[in-house]
Amino acid sequence: MTEKQSFGVAPITCHSFSGDRNGLALSHNNNDVILYKKQAGKWVQKSELTEHGQRVTGIDWAPNSNIVVTCGADRNAYVWTQDKDEWKPHLVILRINRAATCVKWSPLENKFAVGSGARVISICYFEEENNWWVSKHIKKPIRSTITSVDWHPNNCLLAAGSTDFKARVFSAYVKEVDKKPAATSWGPKMTFGNNLAEFSTGGGGWVHCVSFSASGDKLAWVGHDSSIGVVNAANEQTLYTFKGKYLPFYGISWVTESSMVVVGFDCCPKLFTQRPNGEIEFVHDLDVPKEADESKMSAMNRFKNLDKKGVTGAESSTTLKTQHQNTIMQVSVYKGTKADCGSVATSGIDGQLIVWDLKSLEKSMSGLKIV
Amino acid sequence: MDVMSATLKPYLTAIRHTLEAAMCLENFNSQNVERHNKPEVEVKSSKELLLTPVVISRNEKEKVLIEGSINSLRISIAVKQSDEIEKILCHKFMRFMMMRAENFVVLRRKPVEGYDISFLITNFHTEQMFKHKLVDFIIHFMEEIDKEINEMKLAVNSRARLSAEEFLKRF
Repeated sequence: MTEKQSFGVAPITCHSFSGDRNGLALSHNNNDVILYKKQAGKWVQKSELTEHGQRVTGIDWAPNSNIVVTCGADRNAYVWTQDKDEWKPHLVILRINRAATCVKWSPLENKFAVGSGARVISICYFEEENNWWVSKHIKKPIRSTITSVDWHPNNCLLAAGSTDFKARVFSAYVKEVDKKPAATSWGPKMTFGNNLAEFSTGGGGWVHCVSFSASGDKLAWVGHDSSIGVVNAANEQTLYTFKGKYLPFYGISWVTESSMVVVGFDCCPKLFTQRPNGEIEFVHDLDVPKEADESKMSAMNRFKNLDKKGVTGAESSTTLKTQHQNTIMQVSVYKGTKADCGSVATSGIDGQLIVWDLKSLEKSMSGLKIV
Repeated sequence: MDVMSATLKPYLTAIRHTLEAAMCLENFNSQNVERHNKPEVEVKSSKELLLTPVVISRNEKEKVLIEGSINSLRISIAVKQSDEIEKILCHKFMRFMMMRAENFVVLRRKPVEGYDISFLITNFHTEQMFKHKLVDFIIHFMEEIDKEINEMKLAVNSRARLSAEEFLKRF
Protein backbone atom coordinates (compact mmCIF):
# COMPACT_ATOMS: atom_id res chain seq x y z
CA MET A 1 0.00 0.00 0.00
CA THR A 2 2.91 2.29 0.65
CA GLU A 3 6.35 2.38 -0.84
CA LYS A 4 8.87 3.86 1.49
CA GLN A 5 12.43 4.92 0.86
CA SER A 6 14.73 6.77 3.19
CA PHE A 7 17.30 9.14 1.72
CA GLY A 8 19.35 9.63 4.88
CA VAL A 9 18.84 11.79 7.91
CA ALA A 10 18.87 15.17 6.16
CA PRO A 11 15.47 16.75 5.47
CA ILE A 12 14.08 16.56 1.94
CA THR A 13 13.37 20.19 1.16
CA CYS A 14 11.43 19.53 -2.03
CA HIS A 15 10.98 16.84 -4.63
CA SER A 16 9.69 16.51 -8.17
CA PHE A 17 9.10 13.54 -10.47
CA SER A 18 9.78 13.30 -14.18
CA GLY A 19 6.86 12.80 -16.56
CA ASP A 20 7.35 9.02 -16.89
CA ARG A 21 7.78 8.76 -13.08
CA ASN A 22 11.12 7.01 -13.52
CA GLY A 23 13.09 10.06 -12.52
CA LEU A 24 13.12 11.89 -9.21
CA ALA A 25 14.81 15.18 -8.37
CA LEU A 26 15.24 16.16 -4.77
CA SER A 27 17.25 18.40 -2.55
CA HIS A 28 18.63 17.31 0.81
CA ASN A 29 18.34 20.72 2.44
CA ASN A 30 21.58 21.92 0.82
CA ASN A 31 22.70 23.63 -2.37
CA ASP A 32 22.70 20.52 -4.58
CA VAL A 33 19.91 18.86 -6.49
CA ILE A 34 20.25 15.09 -6.83
CA LEU A 35 18.58 13.20 -9.65
CA TYR A 36 17.53 9.61 -9.01
CA LYS A 37 16.42 6.91 -11.39
CA LYS A 38 14.11 4.06 -10.51
CA GLN A 39 15.85 0.71 -10.84
CA ALA A 40 14.16 -2.47 -9.63
CA GLY A 41 11.80 -0.55 -7.39
CA LYS A 42 14.54 1.52 -5.73
CA TRP A 43 15.69 5.06 -6.37
CA VAL A 44 19.34 5.04 -7.46
CA GLN A 45 21.38 8.22 -7.67
CA LYS A 46 22.19 9.22 -11.25
CA SER A 47 23.48 12.77 -11.40
CA GLU A 48 24.01 15.90 -9.35
CA LEU A 49 23.03 19.40 -10.36
CA THR A 50 25.51 21.69 -8.63
CA GLU A 51 25.21 25.33 -9.48
CA HIS A 52 23.32 26.93 -6.61
CA GLY A 53 25.32 28.80 -3.98
CA GLN A 54 22.79 28.41 -1.21
CA ARG A 55 20.02 26.04 -0.18
CA VAL A 56 17.71 24.89 -2.99
CA THR A 57 14.12 25.82 -2.19
CA GLY A 58 12.16 24.63 -5.22
CA ILE A 59 12.39 22.02 -7.97
CA ASP A 60 10.00 21.35 -10.82
CA TRP A 61 10.51 18.74 -13.52
CA ALA A 62 8.46 19.48 -16.63
CA PRO A 63 6.66 16.24 -17.56
CA ASN A 64 6.56 16.68 -21.34
CA SER A 65 9.65 18.67 -22.28
CA ASN A 66 11.83 16.94 -19.66
CA ILE A 67 13.40 20.20 -18.46
CA VAL A 68 14.17 20.77 -14.78
CA VAL A 69 13.91 24.17 -13.18
CA THR A 70 15.35 24.85 -9.73
CA CYS A 71 15.41 27.91 -7.52
CA GLY A 72 17.31 28.64 -4.35
CA ALA A 73 18.01 30.92 -1.43
CA ASP A 74 20.88 32.45 -3.44
CA ARG A 75 18.21 34.44 -5.40
CA ASN A 76 18.81 32.46 -8.59
CA ALA A 77 16.90 30.01 -10.70
CA TYR A 78 18.41 27.61 -13.24
CA VAL A 79 16.82 25.80 -16.12
CA TRP A 80 18.48 22.39 -16.68
CA THR A 81 18.32 20.67 -20.05
CA GLN A 82 19.51 17.14 -20.65
CA ASP A 83 22.22 16.50 -23.21
CA LYS A 84 22.74 12.72 -23.24
CA ASP A 85 23.86 12.06 -19.66
CA GLU A 86 24.82 15.64 -18.91
CA TRP A 87 22.52 18.26 -17.45
CA LYS A 88 23.34 21.80 -18.59
CA PRO A 89 22.35 24.76 -16.45
CA HIS A 90 20.94 27.93 -17.91
CA LEU A 91 20.71 30.96 -15.64
CA VAL A 92 17.39 32.75 -15.40
CA ILE A 93 17.33 36.49 -14.91
CA LEU A 94 14.89 36.75 -12.04
CA ARG A 95 15.71 40.34 -11.01
CA ILE A 96 14.96 39.65 -7.33
CA ASN A 97 17.11 40.59 -4.36
CA ARG A 98 15.82 38.09 -1.80
CA ALA A 99 15.64 34.31 -1.66
CA ALA A 100 13.48 32.51 -4.21
CA THR A 101 11.06 30.22 -2.38
CA CYS A 102 9.11 28.15 -4.90
CA VAL A 103 8.97 27.38 -8.61
CA LYS A 104 6.35 25.82 -10.87
CA TRP A 105 6.13 25.16 -14.63
CA SER A 106 2.97 26.30 -16.35
CA PRO A 107 0.83 23.47 -17.83
CA LEU A 108 2.08 24.18 -21.39
CA GLU A 109 5.68 24.39 -20.09
CA ASN A 110 6.44 27.59 -21.99
CA LYS A 111 6.92 29.64 -18.81
CA PHE A 112 7.29 29.21 -15.09
CA ALA A 113 6.56 31.17 -11.94
CA VAL A 114 9.07 31.82 -9.16
CA GLY A 115 7.90 33.11 -5.78
CA SER A 116 10.34 35.00 -3.61
CA GLY A 117 11.02 36.76 -0.35
CA ALA A 118 11.31 40.03 -2.29
CA ARG A 119 7.48 40.18 -2.26
CA VAL A 120 7.27 39.57 -6.01
CA ILE A 121 6.44 36.69 -8.29
CA SER A 122 8.64 36.40 -11.37
CA ILE A 123 6.96 34.96 -14.42
CA CYS A 124 9.81 33.67 -16.59
CA TYR A 125 9.73 32.82 -20.30
CA PHE A 126 12.30 32.11 -22.99
CA GLU A 127 13.36 34.92 -25.28
CA GLU A 128 14.54 33.43 -28.59
CA GLU A 129 16.49 36.41 -29.96
CA ASN A 130 18.66 36.81 -26.86
CA ASN A 131 18.70 33.09 -26.06
CA TRP A 132 17.93 33.55 -22.36
CA TRP A 133 15.14 33.28 -19.81
CA VAL A 134 13.70 36.67 -18.84
CA SER A 135 11.08 37.53 -16.27
CA LYS A 136 8.16 39.82 -15.64
CA HIS A 137 7.17 40.77 -12.10
CA ILE A 138 3.85 40.58 -10.31
CA LYS A 139 4.20 43.01 -7.41
CA LYS A 140 0.89 44.32 -6.23
CA PRO A 141 -0.65 43.80 -3.70
CA ILE A 142 1.81 41.27 -2.20
CA ARG A 143 3.02 42.39 1.21
CA SER A 144 5.19 39.52 2.37
CA THR A 145 7.14 36.42 1.25
CA ILE A 146 5.45 34.21 -1.35
CA THR A 147 5.33 30.66 0.00
CA SER A 148 3.82 28.70 -2.87
CA VAL A 149 2.41 29.04 -6.37
CA ASP A 150 0.16 26.90 -8.54
CA TRP A 151 -1.01 27.22 -12.15
CA HIS A 152 -4.56 27.15 -13.46
CA PRO A 153 -4.97 24.59 -16.32
CA ASN A 154 -5.58 27.42 -18.82
CA ASN A 155 -1.85 28.31 -18.56
CA CYS A 156 -2.59 31.96 -17.72
CA LEU A 157 -3.92 32.16 -14.16
CA LEU A 158 -1.65 31.73 -11.19
CA ALA A 159 -2.52 31.18 -7.54
CA ALA A 160 -0.09 32.33 -4.89
CA GLY A 161 0.00 31.94 -1.11
CA SER A 162 1.92 34.34 1.04
CA THR A 163 2.95 34.98 4.65
CA ASP A 164 0.71 38.07 4.67
CA PHE A 165 -2.14 35.57 5.42
CA LYS A 166 -3.66 35.79 1.93
CA ALA A 167 -4.19 33.45 -1.01
CA ARG A 168 -4.51 35.27 -4.31
CA VAL A 169 -5.26 34.60 -7.95
CA PHE A 170 -3.29 36.59 -10.51
CA SER A 171 -3.30 36.78 -14.25
CA ALA A 172 0.09 35.66 -15.56
CA TYR A 173 -0.77 36.06 -19.23
CA VAL A 174 2.41 36.93 -21.12
CA LYS A 175 1.57 38.18 -24.59
CA GLU A 176 5.01 37.22 -25.95
CA VAL A 177 4.39 33.49 -25.50
CA ASP A 178 0.65 32.99 -24.89
CA LYS A 179 -2.40 33.08 -27.07
CA LYS A 180 -5.09 35.36 -25.74
CA PRO A 181 -7.01 33.26 -23.21
CA ALA A 182 -10.78 33.05 -22.97
CA ALA A 183 -12.45 34.43 -19.86
CA THR A 184 -12.60 31.96 -16.97
CA SER A 185 -14.84 31.67 -13.95
CA TRP A 186 -12.28 33.76 -12.04
CA GLY A 187 -12.98 36.90 -14.08
CA PRO A 188 -12.58 38.37 -17.54
CA LYS A 189 -9.72 40.88 -17.12
CA MET A 190 -6.55 39.10 -18.19
CA THR A 191 -3.93 41.86 -18.34
CA PHE A 192 -0.62 40.73 -16.86
CA GLY A 193 -0.38 41.05 -13.08
CA ASN A 194 -4.07 41.73 -12.54
CA ASN A 195 -5.16 40.46 -9.11
CA LEU A 196 -8.42 38.64 -9.84
CA ALA A 197 -9.21 37.46 -6.35
CA GLU A 198 -7.88 37.63 -2.81
CA PHE A 199 -8.93 35.38 0.07
CA SER A 200 -8.17 34.96 3.73
CA THR A 201 -9.52 32.41 6.19
CA GLY A 202 -9.68 35.22 8.69
CA GLY A 203 -7.55 33.57 11.35
CA GLY A 204 -4.32 35.24 10.44
CA GLY A 205 -2.20 32.23 9.55
CA TRP A 206 0.62 32.18 7.02
CA VAL A 207 -0.57 30.46 3.86
CA HIS A 208 1.77 27.49 3.35
CA CYS A 209 0.45 25.90 0.16
CA VAL A 210 -2.10 26.58 -2.59
CA SER A 211 -3.61 24.18 -5.13
CA PHE A 212 -5.94 24.57 -8.08
CA SER A 213 -8.26 21.64 -8.77
CA ALA A 214 -8.02 19.85 -12.10
CA SER A 215 -10.82 21.89 -13.64
CA GLY A 216 -9.32 25.11 -12.30
CA ASP A 217 -12.62 26.17 -10.78
CA LYS A 218 -11.66 25.39 -7.20
CA LEU A 219 -8.77 26.82 -5.26
CA ALA A 220 -7.69 25.27 -1.97
CA TRP A 221 -5.05 26.45 0.46
CA VAL A 222 -3.74 25.56 3.91
CA GLY A 223 -2.56 27.99 6.55
CA HIS A 224 -0.66 28.10 9.80
CA ASP A 225 -3.92 28.60 11.71
CA SER A 226 -4.59 24.85 11.03
CA SER A 227 -7.20 25.76 8.47
CA ILE A 228 -8.11 24.62 5.00
CA GLY A 229 -9.82 27.12 2.73
CA VAL A 230 -11.63 26.21 -0.48
CA VAL A 231 -13.17 28.63 -2.95
CA ASN A 232 -15.28 27.59 -5.91
CA ALA A 233 -15.18 30.22 -8.64
CA ALA A 234 -18.06 28.64 -10.53
CA ASN A 235 -20.16 29.13 -7.40
CA GLU A 236 -19.76 32.92 -6.89
CA GLN A 237 -16.43 32.44 -5.12
CA THR A 238 -18.00 31.39 -1.83
CA LEU A 239 -15.34 30.66 0.75
CA TYR A 240 -15.55 27.53 2.88
CA THR A 241 -13.08 26.94 5.66
CA PHE A 242 -12.27 24.01 7.86
CA LYS A 243 -10.61 24.44 11.22
CA GLY A 244 -9.61 21.35 13.13
CA LYS A 245 -7.77 20.44 16.26
CA TYR A 246 -4.73 19.37 14.26
CA LEU A 247 -1.31 20.94 14.09
CA PRO A 248 -0.91 23.30 11.11
CA PHE A 249 -0.86 21.83 7.61
CA TYR A 250 2.04 22.46 5.27
CA GLY A 251 1.04 20.99 1.91
CA ILE A 252 -2.13 20.28 -0.03
CA SER A 253 -3.00 18.61 -3.31
CA TRP A 254 -6.29 17.78 -4.96
CA VAL A 255 -6.72 14.07 -5.75
CA THR A 256 -10.18 14.28 -7.34
CA GLU A 257 -12.39 17.25 -8.18
CA SER A 258 -13.73 17.26 -4.61
CA SER A 259 -11.14 15.48 -2.45
CA MET A 260 -7.74 16.61 -1.30
CA VAL A 261 -4.80 15.19 0.61
CA VAL A 262 -3.22 17.48 3.17
CA VAL A 263 0.05 16.96 5.03
CA GLY A 264 1.85 18.91 7.68
CA PHE A 265 3.25 19.08 11.18
CA ASP A 266 1.07 16.16 12.31
CA CYS A 267 3.36 13.81 10.31
CA CYS A 268 0.29 12.02 8.94
CA PRO A 269 -1.35 12.65 5.54
CA LYS A 270 -5.09 13.22 5.81
CA LEU A 271 -7.89 13.06 3.30
CA PHE A 272 -10.50 15.81 3.19
CA THR A 273 -13.56 16.12 1.00
CA GLN A 274 -15.71 19.02 -0.04
CA ARG A 275 -19.35 17.96 0.09
CA PRO A 276 -21.76 19.10 -2.68
CA ASN A 277 -23.14 21.71 -0.24
CA GLY A 278 -19.66 23.17 0.10
CA GLU A 279 -18.76 22.00 3.59
CA ILE A 280 -15.26 20.60 4.00
CA GLU A 281 -15.11 17.36 5.90
CA PHE A 282 -12.34 15.24 7.34
CA VAL A 283 -12.57 11.73 5.87
CA HIS A 284 -9.70 9.62 7.15
CA ASP A 285 -6.01 9.45 7.97
CA LEU A 286 -4.00 7.79 5.23
CA ASP A 287 -1.56 6.54 7.83
CA VAL A 288 -3.27 4.38 10.43
CA PRO A 289 -0.64 2.89 12.70
CA LYS A 290 -0.90 -0.73 13.65
CA GLU A 291 -1.94 -0.96 17.28
CA ALA A 292 1.26 -1.61 19.14
CA ASP A 293 0.59 -3.91 22.03
CA GLU A 294 2.05 -2.10 24.99
CA SER A 295 1.26 -4.81 27.51
CA LYS A 296 3.74 -7.04 25.72
CA MET A 297 6.70 -5.01 26.93
CA SER A 298 9.08 -7.49 28.44
CA ALA A 299 10.25 -7.18 32.01
CA MET A 300 13.79 -6.77 30.81
CA ASN A 301 12.85 -3.86 28.55
CA ARG A 302 10.91 -2.28 31.35
CA PHE A 303 13.93 -2.26 33.64
CA LYS A 304 16.20 -1.19 30.83
CA ASN A 305 13.96 1.81 30.22
CA LEU A 306 13.79 2.54 33.91
CA ASP A 307 17.55 2.46 34.14
CA LYS A 308 18.30 4.46 31.01
CA LYS A 309 15.59 7.09 31.02
CA GLY A 310 14.07 6.90 34.47
CA VAL A 311 10.58 6.22 33.15
CA THR A 312 8.33 3.21 33.08
CA GLY A 313 6.30 2.08 30.13
CA ALA A 314 6.67 2.96 26.47
CA GLU A 315 5.57 6.55 26.97
CA SER A 316 8.95 8.02 26.21
CA SER A 317 9.57 6.09 23.01
CA THR A 318 11.54 8.07 20.47
CA THR A 319 9.79 6.81 17.36
CA LEU A 320 6.42 8.18 16.40
CA LYS A 321 3.63 5.80 15.48
CA THR A 322 3.23 7.38 12.06
CA GLN A 323 5.36 6.35 9.08
CA HIS A 324 6.84 9.80 8.69
CA GLN A 325 8.92 10.59 11.75
CA ASN A 326 8.89 14.36 11.33
CA THR A 327 7.00 17.14 9.57
CA ILE A 328 5.86 16.35 6.02
CA MET A 329 6.88 19.21 3.76
CA GLN A 330 5.37 18.32 0.42
CA VAL A 331 2.70 16.20 -1.18
CA SER A 332 2.56 15.58 -4.93
CA VAL A 333 0.55 13.49 -7.33
CA TYR A 334 2.57 10.39 -8.26
CA LYS A 335 0.20 8.31 -10.36
CA GLY A 336 -2.71 9.74 -12.33
CA THR A 337 -3.71 13.38 -12.38
CA LYS A 338 -5.29 15.85 -9.99
CA ALA A 339 -8.67 14.82 -11.43
CA ASP A 340 -8.24 11.13 -10.73
CA CYS A 341 -5.20 10.40 -8.64
CA GLY A 342 -3.93 6.85 -8.17
CA SER A 343 -1.20 7.54 -5.67
CA VAL A 344 0.46 10.49 -3.95
CA ALA A 345 4.04 10.97 -2.80
CA THR A 346 5.01 12.72 0.41
CA SER A 347 8.44 13.84 1.58
CA GLY A 348 9.48 15.39 4.83
CA ILE A 349 12.07 16.51 7.33
CA ASP A 350 12.79 12.92 8.31
CA GLY A 351 14.41 12.33 4.91
CA GLN A 352 11.82 9.83 3.72
CA LEU A 353 9.81 9.70 0.54
CA ILE A 354 6.63 7.66 0.83
CA VAL A 355 4.28 6.78 -2.01
CA TRP A 356 0.70 6.14 -0.87
CA ASP A 357 -1.45 4.01 -3.16
CA LEU A 358 -4.86 5.60 -2.69
CA LYS A 359 -6.80 2.89 -4.49
CA SER A 360 -5.53 0.03 -2.34
CA LEU A 361 -5.77 2.15 0.83
CA GLU A 362 -9.40 2.80 -0.05
CA LYS A 363 -10.00 -0.93 -0.29
CA SER A 364 -8.32 -1.75 3.01
CA MET A 365 -9.82 0.99 5.20
CA SER A 366 -13.55 0.96 5.73
CA GLY A 367 -13.78 4.66 6.63
CA LEU A 368 -11.79 5.83 3.63
CA LYS A 369 -13.95 6.72 0.65
CA ILE A 370 -12.49 8.92 -2.03
CA VAL A 371 -15.18 10.77 -3.97
CA MET B 1 2.25 13.30 45.94
CA ASP B 2 2.01 16.60 47.81
CA VAL B 3 -0.05 19.67 47.00
CA MET B 4 2.78 21.39 45.15
CA SER B 5 3.23 18.66 42.58
CA ALA B 6 -0.54 18.49 42.14
CA THR B 7 -0.52 22.00 40.70
CA LEU B 8 2.71 21.35 38.85
CA LYS B 9 1.13 18.81 36.54
CA PRO B 10 -1.51 21.04 34.87
CA TYR B 11 1.11 23.81 34.63
CA LEU B 12 3.49 21.53 32.74
CA THR B 13 0.68 20.12 30.60
CA ALA B 14 -0.31 23.61 29.50
CA ILE B 15 3.31 24.36 28.64
CA ARG B 16 3.65 21.08 26.73
CA HIS B 17 0.63 21.79 24.53
CA THR B 18 1.70 25.37 23.86
CA LEU B 19 5.18 24.21 22.93
CA GLU B 20 3.87 21.52 20.58
CA ALA B 21 1.88 24.14 18.70
CA ALA B 22 4.64 26.74 18.75
CA MET B 23 7.28 24.31 17.53
CA CYS B 24 5.84 24.16 14.02
CA LEU B 25 8.80 25.84 12.37
CA GLU B 26 10.05 26.06 8.80
CA ASN B 27 13.20 27.24 7.11
CA PHE B 28 12.58 30.87 6.26
CA ASN B 29 15.03 33.21 4.58
CA SER B 30 15.11 36.80 5.74
CA GLN B 31 12.95 39.08 3.64
CA ASN B 32 14.81 42.13 4.92
CA VAL B 33 18.46 41.22 4.62
CA GLU B 34 19.77 39.73 1.41
CA ARG B 35 21.11 36.13 1.59
CA HIS B 36 20.57 35.89 5.34
CA ASN B 37 18.56 33.51 7.46
CA LYS B 38 17.86 34.86 10.94
CA PRO B 39 15.60 33.77 13.78
CA GLU B 40 12.64 36.10 13.31
CA VAL B 41 11.74 35.99 17.00
CA GLU B 42 15.08 37.66 17.77
CA VAL B 43 15.31 40.21 14.95
CA LYS B 44 11.60 41.10 14.99
CA SER B 45 11.93 42.90 11.66
CA SER B 46 8.65 41.77 10.10
CA LYS B 47 5.58 42.02 12.26
CA GLU B 48 3.55 39.52 10.24
CA LEU B 49 6.07 36.72 10.90
CA LEU B 50 5.65 36.82 14.69
CA LEU B 51 3.04 35.00 16.74
CA THR B 52 1.32 36.45 19.79
CA PRO B 53 3.49 35.74 22.86
CA VAL B 54 1.93 33.50 25.52
CA VAL B 55 2.61 33.68 29.26
CA ILE B 56 1.73 30.64 31.36
CA SER B 57 2.09 31.23 35.08
CA ARG B 58 1.67 28.92 38.03
CA ASN B 59 1.94 31.73 40.56
CA GLU B 60 3.48 35.18 40.77
CA LYS B 61 7.03 33.92 40.71
CA GLU B 62 6.86 30.88 38.49
CA LYS B 63 5.97 31.59 34.89
CA VAL B 64 6.94 30.81 31.33
CA LEU B 65 6.96 33.13 28.33
CA ILE B 66 6.64 31.46 24.93
CA GLU B 67 7.29 33.66 21.91
CA GLY B 68 6.77 32.07 18.51
CA SER B 69 7.62 33.05 14.97
CA ILE B 70 7.79 31.45 11.55
CA ASN B 71 11.26 29.95 11.97
CA SER B 72 12.13 30.15 15.65
CA LEU B 73 10.70 30.17 19.12
CA ARG B 74 11.91 31.50 22.43
CA ILE B 75 11.02 29.99 25.78
CA SER B 76 11.83 32.01 28.88
CA ILE B 77 11.42 30.49 32.32
CA ALA B 78 11.13 32.25 35.68
CA VAL B 79 12.12 29.79 38.41
CA LYS B 80 10.66 29.82 41.91
CA GLN B 81 12.83 31.82 44.31
CA SER B 82 11.17 32.10 47.70
CA ASP B 83 14.10 33.38 49.77
CA GLU B 84 17.53 34.94 49.47
CA ILE B 85 19.42 31.69 49.39
CA GLU B 86 17.25 30.31 46.57
CA LYS B 87 17.79 33.53 44.66
CA ILE B 88 21.56 33.23 44.95
CA LEU B 89 21.53 29.53 44.09
CA CYS B 90 19.31 30.07 41.07
CA HIS B 91 21.42 32.94 39.81
CA LYS B 92 24.66 30.97 40.14
CA PHE B 93 23.20 27.87 38.57
CA MET B 94 21.81 29.68 35.57
CA ARG B 95 25.04 31.60 35.12
CA PHE B 96 26.96 28.33 35.14
CA MET B 97 24.81 26.94 32.35
CA MET B 98 24.58 30.04 30.23
CA MET B 99 28.35 30.46 30.20
CA ARG B 100 28.39 27.04 28.52
CA ALA B 101 25.42 27.80 26.27
CA GLU B 102 26.93 26.38 23.08
CA ASN B 103 27.19 22.96 24.73
CA PHE B 104 23.49 23.02 25.47
CA VAL B 105 22.62 23.80 21.81
CA VAL B 106 19.20 25.35 22.42
CA LEU B 107 20.18 27.56 25.37
CA ARG B 108 20.33 31.32 24.91
CA ARG B 109 23.32 33.18 26.33
CA LYS B 110 21.22 35.80 28.03
CA PRO B 111 17.77 35.46 29.53
CA VAL B 112 14.92 37.69 28.40
CA GLU B 113 14.27 40.61 30.76
CA GLY B 114 12.28 39.47 33.79
CA TYR B 115 13.13 35.77 33.41
CA ASP B 116 15.93 33.54 34.70
CA ILE B 117 16.74 31.45 31.66
CA SER B 118 15.82 31.47 27.97
CA PHE B 119 15.93 28.84 25.25
CA LEU B 120 16.02 29.64 21.56
CA ILE B 121 14.81 26.86 19.28
CA THR B 122 15.13 27.40 15.53
CA ASN B 123 14.06 25.38 12.52
CA PHE B 124 17.60 24.00 12.34
CA HIS B 125 17.09 22.34 15.70
CA THR B 126 13.73 20.87 14.72
CA GLU B 127 15.33 19.53 11.54
CA GLN B 128 18.16 17.81 13.41
CA MET B 129 16.21 16.62 16.42
CA PHE B 130 12.80 15.11 17.00
CA LYS B 131 10.24 17.77 17.77
CA HIS B 132 8.49 15.76 20.47
CA LYS B 133 11.83 15.04 22.13
CA LEU B 134 12.66 18.75 22.23
CA VAL B 135 9.36 19.38 24.00
CA ASP B 136 10.14 16.53 26.39
CA PHE B 137 13.50 18.10 27.12
CA ILE B 138 12.07 21.48 28.08
CA ILE B 139 9.43 19.88 30.31
CA HIS B 140 12.03 17.61 31.89
CA PHE B 141 14.28 20.59 32.49
CA MET B 142 11.48 22.43 34.29
CA GLU B 143 10.70 19.40 36.42
CA GLU B 144 14.32 19.00 37.40
CA ILE B 145 15.28 22.59 38.03
CA ASP B 146 13.07 22.97 41.12
CA LYS B 147 14.31 19.68 42.49
CA GLU B 148 17.91 20.65 41.83
CA ILE B 149 17.62 23.98 43.60
CA ASN B 150 15.85 22.41 46.57
CA GLU B 151 18.60 19.84 46.89
CA MET B 152 21.30 22.46 46.65
CA LYS B 153 19.56 24.50 49.29
CA LEU B 154 19.48 21.51 51.63
CA ALA B 155 23.13 20.82 50.95
CA VAL B 156 24.08 24.43 51.67
CA ASN B 157 22.06 24.44 54.89
CA SER B 158 23.49 21.20 56.22
CA ARG B 159 26.99 22.29 55.34
CA ALA B 160 26.43 25.59 57.10
CA ARG B 161 25.17 23.74 60.16
CA LEU B 162 28.19 21.46 60.18
CA SER B 163 30.69 24.24 59.87
CA ALA B 164 28.91 26.30 62.50
CA GLU B 165 29.05 23.32 64.86
CA GLU B 166 32.72 22.81 64.20
CA PHE B 167 33.37 26.48 64.72
CA LEU B 168 31.41 26.73 67.97
CA LYS B 169 33.22 23.69 69.43
CA ARG B 170 36.18 25.96 70.08
CA PHE B 171 34.33 28.04 72.65
